[in-house]
Amino acid sequence: FTKRKLDDEALEELEETLISADLGVAASQRIVAGFRRTRFGREATDEEIKSALAEEIAAILTPVAQPLEITPGHAPHVVLVVGVNGTGKTTTIAKLSEQYRAQGLKVWMVAGDTFRAAAVEQLQVWGERTGAHVVAPAKHGADAAGLAFDALRDARAAGADVLLVDTAGRLHNKTALMDELRKVVRVLKRHGEAVPHSTLLVLDATTGQNAVSQVRVFKEMVEVTGLVVTKLDGSAKGGVVVALAQEFGLPVHAVGVGEKAADLRPFEARDFARSLVGLD
Amino acid sequence: MFTVFEALGSKLQGVFDRLRGRGALSEADVNDALREVRVALLEADVALPVVKDITAKVRERAVGQEVIRSIQPGQMVVKIVHDALVDALGGKDAAKGIDLAAASPVPILMVGLQGSGKTTTSGKIALRLRGRERKKVLLASLDVHRPAAQLQLETLARQAEVTSLPIIAGQTPLQIAQRAMETARGELYDVVILDTAGRLAIDDALMDEVAAVKAAVKPHETLLVVDAMTGQDAVNTARAFNEKVGVTGIVMTRVDGDARGGAALSMRAVTGAPIKLLGAGEKLDALEDFHPDRIAGRILGM
Ligand SMILES: Nc1nc2c(ncn2[C@@H]2O[C@H](COP(=O)(O)OP(=O)(O)OP(=O)(O)O)[C@@H](O)[C@H]2O)c(=O)[nH]1
Ligand SMILES: Nc1nc2c(ncn2[C@@H]2O[C@H](COP(=O)(O)OP(=O)(O)OP(=O)(O)O)[C@@H](O)[C@H]2O)c(=O)[nH]1
Ligand SMILES: [K+]
Ligand SMILES: [Mg+2]
Ligand SMILES: [Mg+2]
Repeated sequence: FTKRKLDDEALEELEETLISADLGVAASQRIVAGFRRTRFGREATDEEIKSALAEEIAAILTPVAQPLEITPGHAPHVVLVVGVNGTGKTTTIAKLSEQYRAQGLKVWMVAGDTFRAAAVEQLQVWGERTGAHVVAPAKHGADAAGLAFDALRDARAAGADVLLVDTAGRLHNKTALMDELRKVVRVLKRHGEAVPHSTLLVLDATTGQNAVSQVRVFKEMVEVTGLVVTKLDGSAKGGVVVALAQEFGLPVHAVGVGEKAADLRPFEARDFARSLVGLD
Repeated sequence: MFTVFEALGSKLQGVFDRLRGRGALSEADVNDALREVRVALLEADVALPVVKDITAKVRERAVGQEVIRSIQPGQMVVKIVHDALVDALGGKDAAKGIDLAAASPVPILMVGLQGSGKTTTSGKIALRLRGRERKKVLLASLDVHRPAAQLQLETLARQAEVTSLPIIAGQTPLQIAQRAMETARGELYDVVILDTAGRLAIDDALMDEVAAVKAAVKPHETLLVVDAMTGQDAVNTARAFNEKVGVTGIVMTRVDGDARGGAALSMRAVTGAPIKLLGAGEKLDALEDFHPDRIAGRILGM
C-alpha cells in the first residue's frame, strides 16, 4: 500500500467522497475540518485515512443508534408511523410486525392510509404474512383519526402488546395534510397523554438534503421520537443521516435493507460510517 | 427572508465587492464566485460530477464576458449560471410530451426505483392521453412483487376511466406484458402503459427481468420515474437504468414538495434523455409539462 500525505488535495477528495454520499456541504466540511486539525500533513495509506474518517463519523452516529424499545406493559405500545410519500412506511410496519411476532408479542395494525389506492389491501397482505391483526376502515377515505381511536380501544380490550398505526404518505409542506396527521395524534391522546408511545419518521436513503426539512417539520408537527432509514440495500448511502444526527439528535432505530418482512436491521453506527466513506 | 436565489446573488455580489477595491479582477477571482455556485448547486442535490461540469461551463462564459467590468457582476454571474442550467436541462424550447408517433398500439414502459411514483404516474398519463389526446388506453401492471400493486393500478385505471388488463395470478411480468400487447392488438388500443415493480439499479435479477420485457415489447417510450427529493445517487440510478433498458424520457415526481430538484439536472446529464413530465400531487390530474427555466429557477431557489 502506498502512503500519501494528507494535504489539501487529499482532504478535498475526502470532502467530495462525503458530499457524494449525501452528507451535504456543511456537514462534510465540518467533518473534514476536524480531520485537518488533527491529521494534516501526516502520511497514511488510503485505507488508514478512510478508516480514521469513518471512526470520526461513527462517533457522531453512535449516540443516535438506539433500538426501538417496546413496553408490553403499555398493552398496547402504540407506534405511529409517518413520513412523505413512498418512503416505505407500510413495509416498515410489516417488518416491525415480523420482529415483534418473533418475540412472541401480539401485534395489531391499523390501516390508517384510507386514501391511496389499495393501501389498505397492501397492509392486509402484510398482516396475513406476519400474523398480525389488521384494523381496516369501513370505506375509502374514512377518517383516519377515528379509525385509530377505535383500533386502540379494541386492541386494548383484546390484550394486544403492540399497535402499529400506518398513515398516508404526505409532504411536510402541505399544511392541510399535516393538520390531518396532528388530528390523528390529538384523537389518540384521548386514550392517554403518553399515546402514541413512539412516533417513527420513515426516511428513504435515496433522499438528499430535503430530508433535513422533512425531519424539521414532522418533528415540530407530531413530536417524532425516532427515525427509520429504508432502502439502504441500494446504491444510495443515506449520508444525510449524519447531518440529521448533528442537527436533531433523534434516535435512528433501524434500517430497511430490502422489500421482505425480514429485511429490517439495527442501525449500526460503525458499519454505516464505513459504508459512507466507501469501505466494506 | 432571502430566497436562496437572492442569497446566491448577494453572496456573489459580496465576493465581487470585496475584490473590486483591488482594481482589475483576475480569472482567479472568478473562482471565488464559482465556489458559491458550487455550494448552491450541491445544496440543491445536483450530483457532484454534474456540478463540476456546470461550474466549468460557467467559468468559461464568465471569463469571456464583461462580468468583471459590469456594475453588478454578482447578478451577471447568476444569470450565466441560470442560463447554463437551462441549457443543461434541454434548452428553452424543451417542453416535449410523450411521443406517440408509432404504429398502434404504442407501448410505454414505466421503470424506476421503489416508491418513486411509477404506478401513480401511469394512472396520470393514462388520464391525460384519454382526455386530452382522445386515445384508447390500456393499463397493465407487471408488478408481481409488491403486495396489492396490481389492485392499486386497477383502482387508478377505474378513476382515470380507462381499461386495465384483467389480473391473472401466477403470471410472470413477461407473460403479462405479452398478454397486454396481444389484448391491445386484438381490441385496437392506441396506447399500452406497462407499469413495472420498483427495483434497485444494482439488483441484477430484477434489472434482467425488465430488460427481457423491454426486448419482447420494444416500447416506444421507456420512462424513468424519479423522485424530486433524490440526492447524489441520482447519477448511479440514471446511468444503470439507461444502460440496461435505454431511457427515452424522465418523469420527475413530487415537485409539489419543497425539494430543490437538482436530481433533474443529474439525470438529464447522465442519460441525455429529456425530462418529459412532472408529477405535482397525488391526484391523477396532477401532471405537468416540463419547463427548463422553471426547474432551473427552482434549483437555484428562486
Ligand atoms: N429495496 C427496498 N425497498 C423498500 C424498502 N422499504 C420499502 N421498500 C419498497 O418501497 C416501495 C414503497 O414502500 P411502501 O411501504 O409502500 O411505502 P409507503 O411509505 O407506505 O408509501 P405511501 O403509503 O404510498 O406513502 C415498495 O415497493 C416497497 O417494497 C427497503 O428497505 N429496501
Ligand atoms: N405528493 C406527491 N405524491 C406522489 C406523486 N406521485 C406519486 N406520489 C405518491 O407517492 C407514493 C408512491 O407512489 P406509487 O405510484 O405507488 O410509486 P411506485 O413507484 O409505483 O412504487 P413501487 O411500485 O412500490 O415501486 C404514493 O403515496 C403516491 O400517492 C407526486 O407527484 N406528488
Ligand atoms: K447502500
Ligand atoms: Mg403506505
Ligand atoms: Mg408501483
